[in-house]
Amino acid sequence: MTRKQIILGAYFPGVNHDTVWSDPASGSHIDFASFAHWARTAERGKLDLLFLAEGLRLRDRGGAIFDQDVVGRPDTFTVLASLAAITSHIGLAGTINSTYNEPYELARKFATLDLLSGGRAAWNVVTSSDADTGENFRRGGFLGHHQRYSRARETLELVRRLWDSWGSDAVVADKDAARFLRDGDVGDFAFSGEQFDVSGRFTTPRSPQGHPVILQAGESPSGRDFAAAHSDAIFSRYQKFDEAKAFYDDVKSRVAKAGRNPDEVKILPSAAVVLGDTLDEARDRHAEIHHRQVDPQTAIVLAEMVWNRDLSRVDPDGPVPDLDPTPDAPKWIRGRAPLTQDAHATAAAWRELGREKNLSLREVVKHVFDRAVFVGTPESVADEIDRYVRDGATDGFIVGSHVSPSGLDEFVDRVVPRLVDRGVFRSEYAGATLRDNLGLAPPARFGEPRRHDSSVAS
Amino acid sequence: MSTSDHLRLAVALSDAGWHPAAWREADARPGELFTARYWADLAAIAERGLLDLITIEDGFGLQSTDHLAESDRRTDQVRGRLDAHLVAALLAPLTSRIGLVPTVTTTHTEPFHVANALATLDHDSLGRAGWRVQVSARADEARHLGRRALPGVRREHLDTPETARVVQELFDEAADAVEVARRLWDSWEDDAEIRDDATNRFVDRDKLHYIDFSGDHFDVRGPAITPRPPQGHPLVTVLAHREVPYRLAARSADVVFVTPQDVDDVASVIGDVRAAEAAVGREGEPLRILGDLVVLLDHTQAAAQERLARLDARDPLRSDAAILATTPSDLADLLVAWHEAGLDGFRLRPGVLPDDLNAIADALVPELQRRGAFRTAYDDTTLRERFGLSRPASRYATAGSTA
Ligand SMILES: Cc1cc2nc3c(=O)[nH]c(=O)nc-3n(C[C@H](O)[C@H](O)[C@H](O)COP(=O)(O)O)c2cc1C
Repeated sequence: MTRKQIILGAYFPGVNHDTVWSDPASGSHIDFASFAHWARTAERGKLDLLFLAEGLRLRDRGGAIFDQDVVGRPDTFTVLASLAAITSHIGLAGTINSTYNEPYELARKFATLDLLSGGRAAWNVVTSSDADTGENFRRGGFLGHHQRYSRARETLELVRRLWDSWGSDAVVADKDAARFLRDGDVGDFAFSGEQFDVSGRFTTPRSPQGHPVILQAGESPSGRDFAAAHSDAIFSRYQKFDEAKAFYDDVKSRVAKAGRNPDEVKILPSAAVVLGDTLDEARDRHAEIHHRQVDPQTAIVLAEMVWNRDLSRVDPDGPVPDLDPTPDAPKWIRGRAPLTQDAHATAAAWRELGREKNLSLREVVKHVFDRAVFVGTPESVADEIDRYVRDGATDGFIVGSHVSPSGLDEFVDRVVPRLVDRGVFRSEYAGATLRDNLGLAPPARFGEPRRHDSSVAS
Repeated sequence: MSTSDHLRLAVALSDAGWHPAAWREADARPGELFTARYWADLAAIAERGLLDLITIEDGFGLQSTDHLAESDRRTDQVRGRLDAHLVAALLAPLTSRIGLVPTVTTTHTEPFHVANALATLDHDSLGRAGWRVQVSARADEARHLGRRALPGVRREHLDTPETARVVQELFDEAADAVEVARRLWDSWEDDAEIRDDATNRFVDRDKLHYIDFSGDHFDVRGPAITPRPPQGHPLVTVLAHREVPYRLAARSADVVFVTPQDVDDVASVIGDVRAAEAAVGREGEPLRILGDLVVLLDHTQAAAQERLARLDARDPLRSDAAILATTPSDLADLLVAWHEAGLDGFRLRPGVLPDDLNAIADALVPELQRRGAFRTAYDDTTLRERFGLSRPASRYATAGSTA
C-alpha cells in the first residue's frame, strides 16, 4: 500500500518578529527577486503551494508605528500573478480578507489568477480581526467578530456562485460559426442575502480547476465551523504534537458534522524548521535564532499583546508581571492578529509557567512562541514530519524560516529528498492543477451534479 | 534628432483587437484570450517593436457594442475579461523594458488596495508600471457590487444636467482616488527601511507618514503597506475626450490619451488640454499628450481599405478615435505630421491582434526609424524617465523628522 502523501507548502518570511532581519543572509522582503528565489526553490522541491499572509495596515503600538520588526509588504495578488509567470506547477495561495473586499472583485481577481496560472490559485479566507484596519477603507472600521464570519460565509457563497456562472464550455470561440459564447446568459448571476444584494453578469471564465482552492485560518469556534463547512484546507498555528492532534480531531469532527468527508479538508499547521548536521548543532542554531527573534523589546511587545497595555517599564528579565490585563481598553497594539481569546487566563498561565519553571518574562515568551517545532538533522526532521502525518496530527505543513528569501533552500535540499525516499512525498507533480496535486476533486458547478473531469475552458 | 524629439509610441491591447470582427481573422487566437501565453506573446511583440508602453483594457462588466450600455447578450463577439492589473503583473517578469499600464477603475475599488497593487507592479517590473485611471458609469457594473446605485449614462443624454452631475461626481471621485494613491506612494520615504542593528530598528518611523485623507467618498489613514515604488509614482494616465475628463487629466495624470480626428483637430485638442491645465492650476510638469488612433495596416492603401471593409461587413467598427486603414509608410508620415503639430506621441489601438501589432512592430517602427522619428534601441530608463518626467520626491520628506 502506498503511504499517505504529505502536503507541503511554503510561507514567505517577513512582517513579524520571527524574521531575523539582522541576519547577514536576510535580503529584501519586497523585491520581486526575493519572491522569485523563494518560488523557484519551492518548485524545485515539488512543494504543493506558496503561501502569502496578509496585513492591511502597518502595525502600531501605543499610537506610534512599530519599528522593530519587518514591516511593509507587496500586494498579494500582484506578487502571485508575477509568480505565475515564472513557475509552472506550484500552487499560489493568497491570504485575502473578506471584510475589506467586495465579492465581485475578489471573484474576478482569483478567477484571473487561476486562469493565468493554469489552475493553481488558492484563497486563504481571513476576516481580519483588527477593526482599525478599516481606517484605510471606504467602509471604515466595522463588523464585530460574529458578523465577520457571517460576511465571510456570504462572500464565499457569492464568490462561488460567480465562479460557477461560466460553465467550463462557455467559450466556444468558433470563428466559422461566428459564435464566441455558447449562450447569451453566460455569466448571469443573482444573489440576495443579509450582506449582499447583487445581480448581473460576471466577466471572467471558469478556470481549469473549476474554483480556486479555499483555505482558511481562524481558530475560534465560529472560525472552525466556518472552515469545516466551507474550506478545502486549514492553515493553523498548532504545532506541538498534542495540540496539533487535538485541533485536527476537533476540526475533522466538525467537518463530519457539516456532512462532509473528513478527507476533504486538509489541515496544515505552519512550521519553522532549523537544521544541523548533528542534533546538538541544530539545537545550538535554534537557541541562537530564537534568542534573536525574541529580543528583550520583542518579549515586552508580545506580552503587551496579551495584557493590552503598556509594559515598557516591566523588566523582561524579571518575572511575568502581576499586573492585570486590560482586554477591554482601547487596543494598545494594532495591526497584528490577536494572540488569545482570553487575556486573563493567558496571563495567569504565563505567570504559572514562570513560577513553576523559574523563568523570566522573556524566557516565558520564548517558550510560548517557539515556532520551530522541527529542530534536528535532516533525517530526524523528516522522521518527525512523517510521524505527525502518519499518526493523524496533521495532513502536512506550511514551512517557513527566519530568513528571507533563502531560508527555504536548506529544507528543500536536505529534508525533502528524505521524505521522497520514504515514499511519503512526490518526486514529480501528479497533475497540472493545485486541486490535482492536493488530491481534491473538482468542485461541482452550482445546480449541477459533481463531475470528475475538469476540462479547460479555452 | 535627439531622443527627446522622438515621438512616443504606445499600444492599447484589448481582446482580439479593437475591431469587433477581429477574433474571426485567420491568425486570431480567440480560444486563448484567457491564457497567460496569449498575453505573453502580445507583450513580446510589443517589446520587439521597442514600444514605450502597453495599456490593457478592462471593465467590471462584459463588453458591449456600446461600451456605455449594459451587457447586450450577444454571443457573436468577444465577451469576457481578465483583470487587467493581474495580466500586467504576469507580464512584469516576462518583459524587461516595456511599460505596463493596466486599466483600473476608481468607481468600485478601494484606493488603498489599488495604490499598493500599482506600487507592487512597479517593484515587480523594476520601474515600468503605470495606471490607466478609469471611471465606471454603467448601472450594471454598480449592481455587480451592490454598494451604490448608479443611474447609468446614455449616449443620447450625455449633455443633460443630470448626466453631467453623475459624470462630474465620478470624475471627482477618481481625482480623489489618484490623490490618495499618490499620497500613499509618498507615505514611505525612499530610505524608510533602515535595518539599524545598533538601535534594533527595522524602519525609521519618522520616514513613515499617515496621509489622513478625507473626502466625499472615502477616508484613508495610511501609510501604505507597500514601500515606495522604484519610480516614486507609477505613471498615471487618463483617456479623455471632453472637458470633465481633460480636467481629471490636468489635476491627476502624467499622460493623457486624446482622440483628435485629423491634423487640424490636433491643435484644438491640445489647446483644450492646456486650457484645462490652466483652469485647474496645474503645477509642475505639463501633461504628455498622446493621440489615440485605431489602426489596420496592410501593404497597399487599397488592401488596407479592403481589409477594413471585409471586417466591417461582418460587424461594423465604430470608435471614439479616428480609424486609419492604411500602409505602415503612410501611417508613419501621418504620425510624424501629427507629432510636428504638437502631440508627444500616439497610443495605437490595433484593429486585429496579433496581425496589426506585428505590423506596428515590424513595419511601422522601422518606417519611423528611417524618418529619424523613433529610437532604435531601448534606453535604460524607467517608464517615467522615458516620458521625460522626473521622479517625484515624497511630499512628506521635507516635513522632516519630527513625527
Ligand atoms: C495560523 C493563522 C494565520 C493567520 N494569518 C492571518 C493573516 O495573514 N492575516 C490576517 O488578517 N489574519 C490572519 N489570521 C487571523 C484570522 O484570519 C482570523 O481573522 C482571526 O484569527 C479571528 O478569527 P478567529 O477568532 O476565528 O480566530 C490568522 C490566524 C491563524 C490562526
